[in-house]
Amino acid sequence: MKLKTRDDLNNLKAQHQVLLQNRRSAQPISVSEAQGKPRQVMVCGGTGCHASNSPQIVEALKAELQRRGLAEQINVLQTGCFGFCEKGPILEVHPDNVLYLEVSPKDVPELVEEHFIQGKPLERLLYQDPNTEERIASDLPFYHSQMRIALRNCSLISPEDILEYIAVDGYQALAKVLFAMTPESVIDVIKQSGLRGRGGGGFPTGVKWELTHNNEANNRYIICNADEGDPGAFMDRSILEGDPHSVLEAMLIAGHTIGASHGFIYIRAEYPLAIHRLEIAIKQAKQYGLLGKNILSSDFCFDIEIKYGAGAFVCGEETALIHSIEGTRGEPSVKPPFPAQQGLWGKPTCVNNVETLANIPPIILKGGDWFAGIGTEKSKGTKVFALAGKVNNVGLVEVPMGTTLRQIIFDIGGGIKHHKTFKAAQTGGPSGGCIPTKFLDTPIDYESLIAIGSMMGSGGLIVMDESDCMVNIAKFYLEFTVDESCGRCTACRVGTKRLHEILTKITEGKGTLDDLDQLEKLGKTIKDSSLCGLGQSAPNPILSTIEYFRDEYLAHIVDKTCPAGVCKSLLRYDITDKCKGCTLCAKNCPAGCITGSPKEPHIIDQERCLKCGACLEKCRFDAIIRH
Amino acid sequence: MCDNPSPYNPYQQLDRYIDGLPYKKENLIAILHHAQQLFGYLPDKVQRHIAAKLDIPSAKVYGVVSFYSFFTMKPRGKHVVNVCMGTACFVRGAEKLQQEIEKQLGIKTGQTTEDGHFSLDSLRCIGACGLAPVMMVDGKVYGRLIHPEDIKQILDEYREPALKEGTST
Repeated sequence: MKLKTRDDLNNLKAQHQVLLQNRRSAQPISVSEAQGKPRQVMVCGGTGCHASNSPQIVEALKAELQRRGLAEQINVLQTGCFGFCEKGPILEVHPDNVLYLEVSPKDVPELVEEHFIQGKPLERLLYQDPNTEERIASDLPFYHSQMRIALRNCSLISPEDILEYIAVDGYQALAKVLFAMTPESVIDVIKQSGLRGRGGGGFPTGVKWELTHNNEANNRYIICNADEGDPGAFMDRSILEGDPHSVLEAMLIAGHTIGASHGFIYIRAEYPLAIHRLEIAIKQAKQYGLLGKNILSSDFCFDIEIKYGAGAFVCGEETALIHSIEGTRGEPSVKPPFPAQQGLWGKPTCVNNVETLANIPPIILKGGDWFAGIGTEKSKGTKVFALAGKVNNVGLVEVPMGTTLRQIIFDIGGGIKHHKTFKAAQTGGPSGGCIPTKFLDTPIDYESLIAIGSMMGSGGLIVMDESDCMVNIAKFYLEFTVDESCGRCTACRVGTKRLHEILTKITEGKGTLDDLDQLEKLGKTIKDSSLCGLGQSAPNPILSTIEYFRDEYLAHIVDKTCPAGVCKSLLRYDITDKCKGCTLCAKNCPAGCITGSPKEPHIIDQERCLKCGACLEKCRFDAIIRH
Repeated sequence: MCDNPSPYNPYQQLDRYIDGLPYKKENLIAILHHAQQLFGYLPDKVQRHIAAKLDIPSAKVYGVVSFYSFFTMKPRGKHVVNVCMGTACFVRGAEKLQQEIEKQLGIKTGQTTEDGHFSLDSLRCIGACGLAPVMMVDGKVYGRLIHPEDIKQILDEYREPALKEGTST
């Protein structure tokens, strides 16, 4: 059905709003009250839950409801990410708003029996508060300090049905832009909102649109950057999987504003589910006349094409990305000219990140002031973080700018796994730095993170504990940049390799104090002289760890020890007199270097020891120590 | 392999795909994706074929193929095992997982088993950080891989029945 006018869109919204009425109401009704009423079961279809069998849960639920004669009354849908990935697969029942965690397909018959037949929640699959052990059915503490703008529809609607998106004000912002605003007034609203690029750079989005709009040309392009290469960040993927239409709508708005009739989504080939959902969304938008010629009978024509990346981190950089779309090696080029002046095929081009775009429709509908009222002085709105690593509640969290690390890691994230001690948080991926304990209470925004030697990046937030070696982490990131350096400029190509070699030397116990100076000097030179953001930020993981964890570097260099017990060459395993001579370690030693008679203490031959730790893992008497 | 025309000739399929594209040279990356799907990898011969078809130097095709890590010029195994080396997996023991798989398959990362059954590679973050450490076999994600026995069980699912341990031949 093609929508011909704005009224058609409004009518469709009115028709389907009923779908949404029951979802997440402020006053949910109880499970018993919901008995007999139409219900909806939303099963998380995000990547994490997908990998832990959520499609099988959907199938099992449908089959069980059919068997029990409830299929007419209870609708099962797959949604985007709920964010609470640690406890996946997750499903939510509406209108009683009950959230079930860690569901497996074999729980389904019991769940249907208890919840839908008996009318009481299945207690054992509800969230259990780790402190009070109380079971909580909805309004989980994980969501208390969160504010979902970019993720507003993820887990609320089915991403594969345009009608659900239309029912939650979908494409209303587009209609407003087409019929009630001029491109200039749209730019003003975006500038007023203070929205800045969420992909890492933090450049003001309104200014970017204005620059592209003001450059004289017969054609312009809008590109959505979905080349999310930062290891440990998965917010763009989750938005595309959970709410693809919001990105399409924002691209339409951007296209109309800057004067483009063609948009590209550049997405990693490693994201098959996101690609699949985007393809569905584009197809539906075309069917409904929201993409194509004369959209809603206006004179605006717009098409979107998906372009696949091929596994190159540097393609997240906008000039490299443009080259990749043009079908060549994804190497960055010198700026200026900026893409806003000369981008794709030499035309003015605006490149925006997925999360940035997802913020656009609500800003248009609610106004720039509303958005500018959230966050800090220079960083407005919210930011999505992919919280991962050694934290209890791994997941996707969206918080207002200015939230502290402590709130994110301890209040939302539930603290450090296995009651260990927090050591550092890494933000900004391979371009960022490690933030130590003393900055846990710093409000996070673009500026404050740079001030403490890290950066916002795309929003990966990796938590590390006492058992992580900071030198090894720096080495890990450098390995990544060496791998991903495109080779165009010498500073990055050769410099990162030298940095990696020095770090390897240090982790092998062959480092000297001169090496430490060399790391700092070389790091600063690479930052100053690299061509693009990849090289300019590649030394950050080293420089920040040297600044905040210098003692760990010194331990590796001077004392030849690894305090966290990670760097193999610096470890030594010994058997203490607690040894009962059970022979288990000797049997499991892959090098066969443990000797001793049964019932007598054993000995490790240090010359031949591989330092694999198999003996320590197997010992039942805590008789083996690593130091 | 013979180059006689037949409906199953991958070169012909590739040509048909290229002919159907509205513009060609700009779609080199999409063409290479398609070719890799058809051939399993991108040997010299395929690269030269594409270069001739698009009327561009084969050095340019090679330049693009060698730039992007998604493209491979070596044949891959029947099943491709990818270990996630994203940061979240790294701090939760991806290195150990990688070593364990290397041990179980008897190959190093980047190699293919002699029988051509498994290839082992690493990739950066598949976005399933909640399940870290994870691996992907032929696109299916497996998470929370701490115990060697679990890993063995998963790999066994992909072995030919006769190769499974404890199964008589």
